Amino acid sequence: MTLAGHYTYFVTILLLMVGLFVVIARSNLIKKLVGLGLFQTAVYLLYIAPGKLIGGAAPIVAEGVQVYSNPLPHVLILTAIVVGVATLALGLALVVRIKEAYGSIEEEEILQRDVDDESSANDRA
Amino acid sequence: MTNLQPTIAPDTLLTQHLPILLVIVPLLSAPLIVLLRRSFLSWLVAMIASVAAFGIAALLLQQVLASDGVIAYAIGNWEAPLGIELRVDAVNAFVAFIVALVGVFVLPYCRIGIAAEVRQEEHYLFYAMLMLCLCGLLGILLTGDAFNVFVFLEISSLATYVLIAMGRDRRALVASYQYLLMGTVGATLYVIGIGILYLQTGTLNLADMAQRLSGVGDVRATLAALAFITVGVSLKIALFPLHLWLPNAYAYSPSAVSAFLAATATKVSIYVLMRYYFTVFGAVTVFDAHNTGMILLALSLAAMFIPAVVAIFQRDVKRLLAYSSVSQIGYITLGISLGTVGGLTAAIAHLFNHALTKGALFLVLGGIVLRCGGANLDRLAGIGRTMPVAAFAFVIGGLSLIGIPGTAGFISKWYLVTAAMAEGQWWLAGAVMMSSLLAVIYVWRFVEVAYFQAPPDDHPPVGEAPLSMRVPALLMVGACVYFGLDATWSGEVATRAATALLEGWQ
Amino acid sequence: MSAAMQLGGILATPLVGLVLVSLSGRSANLRDGISFTTAVVLFVQVLGLVSDVLGGARPALTLVEMLPGMSLSLAVEPLGALFALIASGLWIVSSLYSVGYMRGNKEQKQTRFFVCFAGAIFAAQGIALSGNMLTLFLFYEAMTLITYPLVTHHGTEHAKKSARVYLGVLMGTSILFLLTGVLATWVLAGTLDFRHGGILAGQVGAAGTAALVALYMFGIGKAALMPFHRWLPAAMVAPTPVSALLHAVAVVKAGVFSVLKVIVYIFGAQNLIDLGSADWVPIIAGFTILAASVVALRADNLKRRLAYSTVSQLSYVTLAATLLAPISLVGAAMHIAAHAVGKITLFFAAGSIYTAAHKTEVSQLDGIGRRMPWTMTAFAIGALSMIGLPPAAGFVSKWYVLSAAMSLEHWLAVGVLVTSTLLNAGYFLPIVWRAFFRAPPDDAHDEHHSDDPHHGPHGEAPRIMVFAQTTTAALTVGLFLYHEPVLRLARAVAGGF
Repeated sequence: MTLAGHYTYFVTILLLMVGLFVVIARSNLIKKLVGLGLFQTAVYLLYIAPGKLIGGAAPIVAEGVQVYSNPLPHVLILTAIVVGVATLALGLALVVRIKEAYGSIEEEEILQRDVDDESSANDRA
Repeated sequence: MTNLQPTIAPDTLLTQHLPILLVIVPLLSAPLIVLLRRSFLSWLVAMIASVAAFGIAALLLQQVLASDGVIAYAIGNWEAPLGIELRVDAVNAFVAFIVALVGVFVLPYCRIGIAAEVRQEEHYLFYAMLMLCLCGLLGILLTGDAFNVFVFLEISSLATYVLIAMGRDRRALVASYQYLLMGTVGATLYVIGIGILYLQTGTLNLADMAQRLSGVGDVRATLAALAFITVGVSLKIALFPLHLWLPNAYAYSPSAVSAFLAATATKVSIYVLMRYYFTVFGAVTVFDAHNTGMILLALSLAAMFIPAVVAIFQRDVKRLLAYSSVSQIGYITLGISLGTVGGLTAAIAHLFNHALTKGALFLVLGGIVLRCGGANLDRLAGIGRTMPVAAFAFVIGGLSLIGIPGTAGFISKWYLVTAAMAEGQWWLAGAVMMSSLLAVIYVWRFVEVAYFQAPPDDHPPVGEAPLSMRVPALLMVGACVYFGLDATWSGEVATRAATALLEGWQ
Repeated sequence: MSAAMQLGGILATPLVGLVLVSLSGRSANLRDGISFTTAVVLFVQVLGLVSDVLGGARPALTLVEMLPGMSLSLAVEPLGALFALIASGLWIVSSLYSVGYMRGNKEQKQTRFFVCFAGAIFAAQGIALSGNMLTLFLFYEAMTLITYPLVTHHGTEHAKKSARVYLGVLMGTSILFLLTGVLATWVLAGTLDFRHGGILAGQVGAAGTAALVALYMFGIGKAALMPFHRWLPAAMVAPTPVSALLHAVAVVKAGVFSVLKVIVYIFGAQNLIDLGSADWVPIIAGFTILAASVVALRADNLKRRLAYSTVSQLSYVTLAATLLAPISLVGAAMHIAAHAVGKITLFFAAGSIYTAAHKTEVSQLDGIGRRMPWTMTAFAIGALSMIGLPPAAGFVSKWYVLSAAMSLEHWLAVGVLVTSTLLNAGYFLPIVWRAFFRAPPDDAHDEHHSDDPHHGPHGEAPRIMVFAQTTTAALTVGLFLYHEPVLRLARAVAGGF
């Protein structure tokens, strides 16, 4: 095992960190979702890469094939992708609603508007 | 082990399929509700489904307690570890019972409670989501498969995001969005954790995994998996300091949703944590080799105090209760961190008692919000006079939060403190007591506002909440008192569950 | 009659009264009648119980099994019977007095007042009859909560602040110390039942026992051991009948009763003597007695003076209990009774003065004895009892405590008792002297007159109040002359020594 032999892990970790950074650092709600997507994608890689055997065939029983790749990670990740898509769709739908309600998709502006609302409500009270 | 033979009589067959039915019933009710679309019909279906789920959960709990073992159910008759299996023991049967019980309390309440907060044409979606959420939570509890936990976690989470976003206020949207981000990060971290475990053991079946891990000894991969799972699940638990999504989510979601979530969602995640710590990794790995107990203890103590202090300064009672939830979660994790039967009993007992208490409080508060138009303390002034029953019920719930004897909260405190003392951790007893004093302060903020201030002139509440909201709320408050006076049943089940957890699935 | 019926009946009577009173809020006469009738019915039942207990019966009843191996249960022993008798007996007089006071002062929310009053008596009976420490703790907390609305009765900002102190101190000490102590006892002894000789005997070492003693002594905040006494003066913001019954009888007596019970049945007096773990308590109690007396000496507000007098008198009981001699335990039990009748008389008198003359300060009382001879005579008898002079009940109990201290050669206690007697005389006798021998001030009277024509030259308080305070004053003297049953109950406590 060499360092290069683990390169998929490094890519995974890099993607994870990039994704998480975007989620935390960006104020734009869409960009946050993009970051979240990256973050999830990194995990797909974590599962898929070790499942592939070099020289392994697709897991279909056939003449003369001895080595198969592990199909289970693929199946799992297929599920995870579905979950990821659903999350993304819901996230985007929420952003649309937020845009309608606040007229902005910048997190700071939105929070500021809530603060303003609260202080004006207190003034009235 | 169940053994599905075609020759078995139909009624036995049905009782053998209880585990899967518990997940299927709410799951199937959701599309049915979407097809029906009418508000009343969808409520009716949801109501029937949740009552059925409760009945099944109760039967299942009874079966488990009677058999004193594990009920394993192979889905589609594919034997584990190839197939996905449902595995029920005293722990998850009890938590499933709690979740289903809360469902039965919340649904009748929804009928009017939701009308004020959600648009009429969206009611069917609301009920569909509630049922999906229930299905997801029950699924997490029953499944014996690591990845399946993730799938059900996401089913319940996605449904939860939608439910929160249905709140009356636009801030609900932001709260939902924030929860979506943090919840997804948490779930993804959990998936990384099980990915590592899968790479290590080659199995996703929790029982199988536990067996293979027990021979591995202390390796770094296990530690990494433990860390990822702990952090990921802690996000869903809202363990301090990962609780930031919770106050807004509880505060701005519809009242019925606040009640349902507060009583169930975090509890189910706590179950997941316990399952991994005690069944999969084993208490030895978690507590002796990696000293997770100390970290959990420190976080629990922080949770017991810091959010409780924050709660004192809240002006919105829903947020106050939400921060109180974060603080109460600290009690549960404190019990887990002790790693003993006593500590786990305390944790599980508090799981139950706090679900009752917080559920009751949010239900009562929902009625108050309906009448007062908000949960801000200014609006609640004088409700001791205008809504005497609701105010009094809230005070009883608050007493249970504090842990006054005669309420469910006291039972938890009893178990927790005696468990700490039995371990020789006397100072922990003092910490728990100090933290309950903070609860006295935040509960008394409500009392003083409700009873010492005159009702505001511009917002005269018209009286008590409608009957369909009042009855479930009062029943739940009654349950708080009942299980505070006679905790023989809940205490014994909690003890059995704790023992089962420590024994594991081998 | 079976034990279950008997004990259940005693516990249920105030509850039934509570419900009936709350339902009859519309008609004041009906409500007050129910309140009085309930008190009488309760008293008769308790009287029956006391005669059974004197006859050697020890009825017990399990209410509900709360946790596996731990139940809420009632079990009567002589001390509890004594406390139940005092609380229920004085409830009758107080309910009469309250009617006069509440109507005389046109107080608001009278129904809530009587409901909570019944609730407090329910809690007091529960404490008196409780069969284990958990049950006692349950009713102890219930009493704190049910009296909270009484303390905040006026609903003013001042009442709210005082009630915060009240609740803060009582809840704080009970949760922080008492509950910790109870749970520690459960963990160490495996039971919380009250047993002669103490359940902790032989279970814990000297240092551990000392720590537990501290948890219990300070945890029972209702016994008002310094520095946790502040709630008692704070509670004086309540209407006077509340101060009278609760803060002279039910609540504070629940505190010292619990102290006595814990010493005798949880720790075991002999065990404490052997370990020497409670030797420090008389010092704290002695300090409380003297310090509270000094504060009382300087207080001009009559109720405040009475409150600090209560603080000091309560520590007599704690002191006597922790002297740990059989005769001092008898003295402690006797003092619970003696102080109850004496102090309620004093508070009744203070309330009568307020109702009739609207005076609250000691310095305003010049010559009031001429206008209100009955009230001030009752006051004088109560004062004698506090000081410990014959012919008042306080003399008897003090005699027992003092002779215990003498025979133990506990000179600190002797010194405290003698000094405090002087201090008591110092702050009570001037009031009596003022009332009877100084001329009423003319100028103050005129000023008052022009301000408020309704309260011109006042006479006695309403008759019903005068009747109540005369009764308790008579009891104070009666207990001096005939204290045989009380003594027998008290001796039975020490018998389990």
